[in-house]
Amino acid sequence: MGNDALLKVEDVWVQRPGAEVLRGVNLTVRRGEVHALLGLNGSGKTSLALTLMGCGGYEPNRGRILFDGRDITGLSVTERARLGLTLAWQEPARFEGLVAADYLALGMKNPARERVEEALTAVALSPLAYLGRTVNSALSGGERKRIELAAVYAMQPRLAVLDEPDSGIDVLCIEDIMTLIRRMADGGTSVLLITHRDEMAEVADTASLMCGGAVVNTGTPAEVREYFARRCRPHEGLLGSQPWGAEAGGTYQRVVAEEVRDE
Amino acid sequence: MSSHSLLQQRDPAWASDFKAILKAYEQAGGKPDLLQTPRVASAVVSANRVLALNEIEGVNIEAEELESGVRARITVAPGTKVDYPVHLCFGMIPAEGLQEIIPEFEIGEGAEVGFLAHCTFPNAVDLKHVMEAHVHVGPGATMRYSEAHYHGPHGGIEVLPTTHAQVDEGGRLEFGFNLVHGRVGRLVIQFEVDVADRGVVELVTKAYGWADDFISVNEAVQLNGEGARGLTKTRVAVRDRATSEVYTTAEGNAPGAVGHMDCTEIVRGEAVARNVPAVVVRNDRARVTHEAAIGSVSKKELETLMARGLEEDEAVDIIIRGMLG
Repeated sequence: MGNDALLKVEDVWVQRPGAEVLRGVNLTVRRGEVHALLGLNGSGKTSLALTLMGCGGYEPNRGRILFDGRDITGLSVTERARLGLTLAWQEPARFEGLVAADYLALGMKNPARERVEEALTAVALSPLAYLGRTVNSALSGGERKRIELAAVYAMQPRLAVLDEPDSGIDVLCIEDIMTLIRRMADGGTSVLLITHRDEMAEVADTASLMCGGAVVNTGTPAEVREYFARRCRPHEGLLGSQPWGAEAGGTYQRVVAEEVRDE
Repeated sequence: MSSHSLLQQRDPAWASDFKAILKAYEQAGGKPDLLQTPRVASAVVSANRVLALNEIEGVNIEAEELESGVRARITVAPGTKVDYPVHLCFGMIPAEGLQEIIPEFEIGEGAEVGFLAHCTFPNAVDLKHVMEAHVHVGPGATMRYSEAHYHGPHGGIEVLPTTHAQVDEGGRLEFGFNLVHGRVGRLVIQFEVDVADRGVVELVTKAYGWADDFISVNEAVQLNGEGARGLTKTRVAVRDRATSEVYTTAEGNAPGAVGHMDCTEIVRGEAVARNVPAVVVRNDRARVTHEAAIGSVSKKELETLMARGLEEDEAVDIIIRGMLG
């Protein structure tokens, strides 16, 4: 493992009831980089995010996850978080009775009002209007999403896994989210960015493409998008959703096989 | 009864009792300073003694000491708008004993008043607190009543509050019960309310039990008037070997009556939670609904907080306390 690799996923397989959601994932995220993870719906991106965080039901039955050189495959969510790994969920949880100010402060080593306010401002939310708002269903999905991102930003983790941070966010504010991601990276937080949007991927230094529960290509965002268009797009209908049937499985194998042959 | 503008501390010999109950009142979440503010109507009862009483213009408090408790009649004159909530403090400092509180609330037509009641039994080991309340909210009147309990760390207490309420035409009753700090012991809440035309009732009950605590909430809302509305909102969390039972009944008996029952119970460890809603509709233009959720803490909420570095127990506590407000 090179010294610059913060996260290394080695041949990780995860079985869920009725489906094998990860099938031999290999992935590296380097220190200080934004690494975009692309792929169709159902290709396994969120499953990988939950596996990295150690969420219940996503324990690998094969392979290992290394974080800063340490095998964290068997660690709890809390232990991983304390090592500096965290996740912004695609659909953030709702907390009855927990206000944004307290929610953001939870993950901070030294909670400070200034940092909380800065984090809200960074996701284009007015601290005055949102510090006292409860993080529950009274907020729109987009507002909760931004508060979730602000909480991750305030925490200053070493690696932030952001699962579709752009979903539910109004188009006009996508740029704010991209700026936030770049700011996180500049501040020393590596980012694994799961996204569907081409413009979001532009903020990344490197990218990987997931297909059928595995990473099938890694390169610059442009290279990965080109690979996707050339290799995966023709099979989109078969690869698009879990569980993959025999036909889709065969297609996935062909996509990977073509890559191997080309190399 | 004439109005008073100063706190009446009835007997200087009880000064130490007064001091102790104020300390306990603070433990229950009360603000002792407000009990001694002349513009705030208040009553302080320890065991069967009325230690202090303060009336203000339009708010009349009569109290009678009984063998094992106090009977009180609180009257708010028609049309009175009370600026500051009336503060009530009931409690017992000894570890053992019986306290019976029999309050009667009479809210005159068009009056608006809030009550902040704190019931505190910080040393309870073998103690029983019985309350038998009668509430009458007059036509167009509004009563907001919030009661917080603190039962200490031992769980040796039985608390049996019963309320019979009547909300007249266009009246509004908001009633909250909160027991989320310290042990519960054995708690059996009985509440029945009759709501007249365009009357509104909202009952919010929150409790957190652990060890071998027992929580029973029994609420019956009768929407008897045209356009009457009622909401019961129950939030209970139990862990260890604690038990909670929530029985709610809402009856829609008149045209346009609308009722809703909303119950969420969180269960941890070997605890048991039960919810039995009963819906009765006797008019084809009435509507009553209910929703109930019983289960563990949401996995996503839990893992989200753990992903911020919290231990599982800390995360559970935050989620439960958030739910209980």
